[in-house]
Amino acid sequence: MLNSRIPDGPLAEKWTKYKSKVPLVSPANKRRLDVIVIGTGLAGASAASSMAEMGYNVKTFCFQDSPRRAHSIAAQGGINAAKNYQNDGDSVYRLFYDTIKGGDYRSREANVHRLAEVSSNIIDQCVAQGVPFAREYGGTLDNRSFGGVQVSRTFYARGQTGQQLLLGAYSALSRQIAKGNVTMYNRHEMLDIVVIDGKARGVIVRNLITGEYERHFGHAVVLATGGYGNVFYLSTNAMGSNVTAAWKAYKKGAMFGNPCFTQIHPTCIPVSGEYQSKLTLMSESLRNDGRIWVPNKKGDDRRPLDIPEDERDYYLERRYPAFGNLVPRDVASRAAKERCDTGFGVGPTKLAVYLDFKDAIKRLGQDVVSARYGNLFEMYEKITGDDPYTTPMRIYPAVHYTMGGLWVDYNLMTTVPGLFAIGECNFSDHGANRLGASALMQGLADGYFVLPYTIGEYLSNDIRTPTIPTDHEEFDKAEKDARDRNDRLLNNDGSRSVESLHRDLGHIMWENCGMARNEINLTSAISEIQSLKRDFWDKVSVPGRDDVLNPELEKAGRVADFIELGELMVRDALDRRESCGGHFREESQTEEGEAKRDDENFTFSSAWEYTGEETEPTRNKEELTFDTVQLTQRSYK
Amino acid sequence: MNSYLTSTLFRKTLAALSGLFLVIFLFGHLAGNLQLIMLSGDAAQKQFNEYALFMTTNPAVKILSLLTYTSIILHTLLTLFLAFQSKSARPINYAVSSGSENSRWASRNMPLLGTIVLVFIVIHMKSFWYEMHWGDIGNDLWGNRDIYTVTIVAFRELWYTAFYVLSMVGLGFHLCHGISSAFQTIGIKTKKYLGPIEKFATMVSIIVPIAFASIPIILYLRSL
Amino acid sequence: MAEMNLTLKIWRQDGPNDPGGFKSYTVNGLNTHMSFLEMLDVLNEKLVNTGDEPVAFDHDCREGICGMCSMVINGRPHGPLEGTTTCQLHMRHFNDGDTVTIEPWRAKPFPILKDLIVDRTPFDRIIQAGGFVSVNTGSAPDGNAIPIGKEISDEAFDAAACIGCGACVAACKNASASLFVAAKISQLALLPQGQPEREERVVGMVKQMDDEGFGHCTNTGACEAECPKEISVDYIRKMNWEFHRANVKG
Repeated sequence: MLNSRIPDGPLAEKWTKYKSKVPLVSPANKRRLDVIVIGTGLAGASAASSMAEMGYNVKTFCFQDSPRRAHSIAAQGGINAAKNYQNDGDSVYRLFYDTIKGGDYRSREANVHRLAEVSSNIIDQCVAQGVPFAREYGGTLDNRSFGGVQVSRTFYARGQTGQQLLLGAYSALSRQIAKGNVTMYNRHEMLDIVVIDGKARGVIVRNLITGEYERHFGHAVVLATGGYGNVFYLSTNAMGSNVTAAWKAYKKGAMFGNPCFTQIHPTCIPVSGEYQSKLTLMSESLRNDGRIWVPNKKGDDRRPLDIPEDERDYYLERRYPAFGNLVPRDVASRAAKERCDTGFGVGPTKLAVYLDFKDAIKRLGQDVVSARYGNLFEMYEKITGDDPYTTPMRIYPAVHYTMGGLWVDYNLMTTVPGLFAIGECNFSDHGANRLGASALMQGLADGYFVLPYTIGEYLSNDIRTPTIPTDHEEFDKAEKDARDRNDRLLNNDGSRSVESLHRDLGHIMWENCGMARNEINLTSAISEIQSLKRDFWDKVSVPGRDDVLNPELEKAGRVADFIELGELMVRDALDRRESCGGHFREESQTEEGEAKRDDENFTFSSAWEYTGEETEPTRNKEELTFDTVQLTQRSYK
Repeated sequence: MNSYLTSTLFRKTLAALSGLFLVIFLFGHLAGNLQLIMLSGDAAQKQFNEYALFMTTNPAVKILSLLTYTSIILHTLLTLFLAFQSKSARPINYAVSSGSENSRWASRNMPLLGTIVLVFIVIHMKSFWYEMHWGDIGNDLWGNRDIYTVTIVAFRELWYTAFYVLSMVGLGFHLCHGISSAFQTIGIKTKKYLGPIEKFATMVSIIVPIAFASIPIILYLRSL
Repeated sequence: MAEMNLTLKIWRQDGPNDPGGFKSYTVNGLNTHMSFLEMLDVLNEKLVNTGDEPVAFDHDCREGICGMCSMVINGRPHGPLEGTTTCQLHMRHFNDGDTVTIEPWRAKPFPILKDLIVDRTPFDRIIQAGGFVSVNTGSAPDGNAIPIGKEISDEAFDAAACIGCGACVAACKNASASLFVAAKISQLALLPQGQPEREERVVGMVKQMDDEGFGHCTNTGACEAECPKEISVDYIRKMNWEFHRANVKG
């Protein structure tokens, strides 16, 4: 029943052929078509501005005070593109292949190839917008290597690539707002999707300043609402990042793809206490020169500088001599967890390992190290108060990205016709593990170069649909549901803060559905989450009113959705009895403790279908076929 | 072009240019004043009064004077207008304010310093400029209006001398920020010229007021 | 990890048209590893548990890049440290027993929405008045077709690092937005991509800045000193020059 609508033909020609065949919408008709875009990150802002340039009427919504705040802004490292500017043999095929392999063969070939194809156009587009990418003295664009691939294809703007790319997309969006082609709604949160006769036809949003509920009609609705890492409470995501829009879509019939595929990033600043609100990523590039180690004696409490060389265990170099400290993210994360779980962890919580620059400073000199990592060292010192030039950094893995998301077909349309999902919000391109510098690439590919074409296939069949008045009964119903839920939250008269319930959820998720998962824990996690859900609705206390700015109410709604999502993630993790990418099932590992994929039984994407509050969701399969690449077990030994 | 003339930035630029013109005026004025102490007795009286006559009758000087008056009025009106405009941009002040942590005192107190200078100018012009033009002052031995004696007499007063000197302190701080700020507003304080401009501003803001203030101090001391 | 107790004086205001005032709170059991916002989280959880409304403040990424957090701490936007946003400020820079006064950004164009949250949409409108390069998706030449020297590129980047938080406005005694506006104008004026619209852009953005009701720049340098990204006032100089140049050119 799942139709991924992959065009026929050889892999490398699919997208070109598709573009020349996809039905077009005439300019006169575009003016009559309304498109709603939720979210203004890289994917949302680029899609909204591109579609507005094409002539559609676009309405854009974000919950922050400005579209420029979206969490894409925090991406540090860079953006990949198969430009081969460095003449090191890069090509579209290599980028495609690296992404498929990095994703542990759980993504769709056609989508990934298309991503690699358009990657070059992204760089051109951003440069033309005035994005100040790093350059060589001769004036050409600079590249660096990233994430253990063998070519230098990552474009970057110091450690703030995401910021610069987002500001580029934001400026394009601003231009369309000024022209009147986009109407921008800041501080508005989407609370439901309106589905009429089986098609997405609008949204219910709440004006976060006045508390008013608003109805907006659209011939199509595009979700660009990012990932759901905050289901773990602590993650590198922004505080406001949430799953609500995607979750409402799920409940209105959009299937959720591979919810359990979560990326745990190995180099984050460790948790320092119960009060901690979020985790900070230290760029992966640190592993290029830093060496990771723990003491080789359990519970060694000496200061790191007092531990002699022969009492240190450089465990990544020991276990993976070929890749050493540069193994992929999932492998590095699990190795750190393994050391800490067996009692070799360091720092006050014993949940940290050292990332040491002593040898790099000896080899390169402090100046070179400072030129490469100075701003990261500063950031680390600001947070921890320790100076990484003299004391090794302490790091620990943290939730960073969610590869799972709304299931979409080749057109980026969900299983609800007229409802699209782009960027991290969808599940499409990264399989079970995302490579570094690929998230920015995918967000902008979807927004600038894919969706504006593919949405045409749907809208070209919709040109005769007149604007549906927002007093339609489905709008009434959706608004009533949203109001009722907020009323219930506000009048609950409970005793527990939203924050404390969220923390509990995070704990359950991290312990049972984090870096290592097994059947026993996952099974018990389902009942724990179900009981947390009951607790939430029995005991949550939300102060204030709903006709004013009320951040606590916003948070309560988001946490309620996270709890439900958490259960689905656990179900998915339980269902997938193999290890792949970021999903490590302890039952499925090699004798040396490495992840073991089960291609015979699990070469598919899971698409979960909502069946009602009281019934269990159904798992649908999209079988993955690999015509071009050969499936192999990843090895970094 | 119309929007240029009504823009805040254009108004600021006019204020900056008029301010810089007044700095040039200060040098000229100072050169004239120094005659009060370079010589003494009759020679000083003769030369200074002749100079004063020249300054009030020469047509070229008259044009310069008109420019100076215009600059003073323009500079005052524009900066007052801008100061009130800025005041309305922050209707409620901070309960705790730590301006000293992020900026220099003079830069934050230009309206106050400007007012001190303005009050000084008014009193100063009443004492000398008005007296020279319309006052009931006698002639010296050579038949010129004797503004020299008016000056000498004025600075026998300790309070008047003190007022003059204090005003020069105010002027010094006003110049200290004003000069480099004017170059910044016009847009020519580039990184390359930043050093020289700041050095120039500092030197002017120290030397000019000290030189001016030294005159009444010397005159006062001589009168003792 | 030393324990800390603090007295907080926080501006509370229900809505844009309500009167506001300071309220005092004591928070106990803090520690030096907390960030400033985590300290406020502790206060808020305490307030929720006693049925009170928590203090509303803007925040999102909590790693110093989104530009959302915005509070004046003891008279200084983003607190006492240089080159730091509020979310990057940690409690080790305060002492046990301190009284800390927390106020919202104060500027007429930034009306208070609630407590410490202000409306910064004037910044969006200023960007809409020209802070972009008019290039449609798909019409860009190859990235290396426009060579840009490293120095120019770096200088443009320094300007582009602005996070749009508004600390410059908050710090300025005139509530001037010059640093924010100048940073965007300079970034694009420096780059070849920005040349075709160079004059139109500066005229449009400066006019919008005026129309929003920000005060004028008196070059105190407070904005640069408080800017969490340490953006130089030299860009204001550049904006001024660009503005004169554009108008004289006509």
